Amino acid sequence: MNEQLGAAPAPVTRLIEEFHRLPGIGPKSAQRLTYHLLRVPHGDAVALAQAIIELKERTVLCSVCQNVTEDDPCAICRDDRRDRAVICVVEEPLDILAVERTRGFHGLYHVLHGVISPMEGIGPEDLKVNELLARVRGGAVQEVIMATNPNLEGEATAMYASRLLTPLGVRVTRLARGLPMGSDLEYADDVTLSRAIENRQDV
Amino acid sequence: MYKTPAIVLRSRKIGDTDKVLTLYAANLGKIEAVAKGVRKAKSRLAGHVEPMTHATFMLAKGKSLDVVTQVETIEPFAALRDDLDRLSRAVYVCELLDRFVEPHADNFGLYRLLLATLRRIAEREDVDTPVRFFEMALLDALGYRPELEECVACRTKLAPVLNYWTAAGGGVVCPACRRDEMAVRPISANAVKLLRLHLHGRFSDVSRVRVDAELALELERALGEYVRWVLERDVRSAAFIDAVRRRRGVAHGIEPRDVGYTGAATAANAED
Ligand SMILES: [Zn+2]
Ligand SMILES: [Zn+2]
Repeated sequence: MNEQLGAAPAPVTRLIEEFHRLPGIGPKSAQRLTYHLLRVPHGDAVALAQAIIELKERTVLCSVCQNVTEDDPCAICRDDRRDRAVICVVEEPLDILAVERTRGFHGLYHVLHGVISPMEGIGPEDLKVNELLARVRGGAVQEVIMATNPNLEGEATAMYASRLLTPLGVRVTRLARGLPMGSDLEYADDVTLSRAIENRQDV
Repeated sequence: MYKTPAIVLRSRKIGDTDKVLTLYAANLGKIEAVAKGVRKAKSRLAGHVEPMTHATFMLAKGKSLDVVTQVETIEPFAALRDDLDRLSRAVYVCELLDRFVEPHADNFGLYRLLLATLRRIAEREDVDTPVRFFEMALLDALGYRPELEECVACRTKLAPVLNYWTAAGGGVVCPACRRDEMAVRPISANAVKLLRLHLHGRFSDVSRVRVDAELALELERALGEYVRWVLERDVRSAAFIDAVRRRRGVAHGIEPRDVGYTGAATAANAED
């Protein structure tokens, strides 16, 4: 690949390198995407660039729940019909969409932006754990539901959070075992997921 | 198509719904295989490919990686997943084996050692001794046995005094040979005795020794340093063990064991 890169103009190799840094994009795909963009109309390429800039400039993390939002606090945190005594903790912003689809949960959320992964060297200090502790110390919270994925990392994160939270006098629960081990929350069907929320158990 | 019992050392996500598994297989050693679609809720394989699962795998030869076609769990090791102390040790052991061995270097002894170690971590109250025993057995099996009888510099038999531990030197160095420029840590006579027992004894011998927190920490540091030196890198999940311990509110990074100081006497008596 390096030889081919050497022959291409600098702006081409630069974009290939940028694509290559994205998750799931190998060198071949990075090349394909770049040469595809060379061929599309000028306006389409600029629109893509503009969308990326807006994504970064017009979104922030909600200072309460850490979800991605245009307004801070986010719409869910501002909604006074939601139950402030329950927080559902998820790994990624996408998981909020999955739980919201069930229409069965009316509390607030907290996004960790990752999961404890001992072998990858990702520890609690790399996640939004302190922000969660601060919310619980705030006093209004009675229950924290750990809705991390049903796999090794998700379980480790749930147990670790429970060790931190339980001494604060809050009830810590985990989604019921209806979700198969090793699956991603994102792919759970709504019925299974709402049943797992309903039948949650103490950690 | 082939079939083998194996233990899942680790799994990482790839693509939208797949995982690449690192397996330690009974007669094949370390191999990698793809488990397709396992992150979908309906996957038949999903429950059987989490790290630390002991299972029989059916694998199909693939273009680059072999593909898992069927799995039947032998031991799910649920006890390792339900407890943070056990989980952190089990993950460390799996990472250590993964980092120490090359792919396709089969070693049935290591397979049995890993299984025995996971069972011990799952069942025993003291979750650290199985890890120390595993570290020593692994070092020994792969040709990195530390010198515990003679000084690594002058080759005289070690006296039962405060000696020094040198990972770079390959074991223990005596006070006379110790130089300021060496990276050493003091090591007690009890710790050296206990290390010898780890090297030459069976696990049942080692586990009978009552070890106090200070001696346990000495052993953990010495072996940990040795492992890092051989690997030329940190073992990532060691940091997780520390994080889990800190959450128990113990300052020195090691859990106090239930019994008083008995290291030397019992180490010597352990072979009765
Ligand atoms: Zn919010
Ligand atoms: Zn000497």
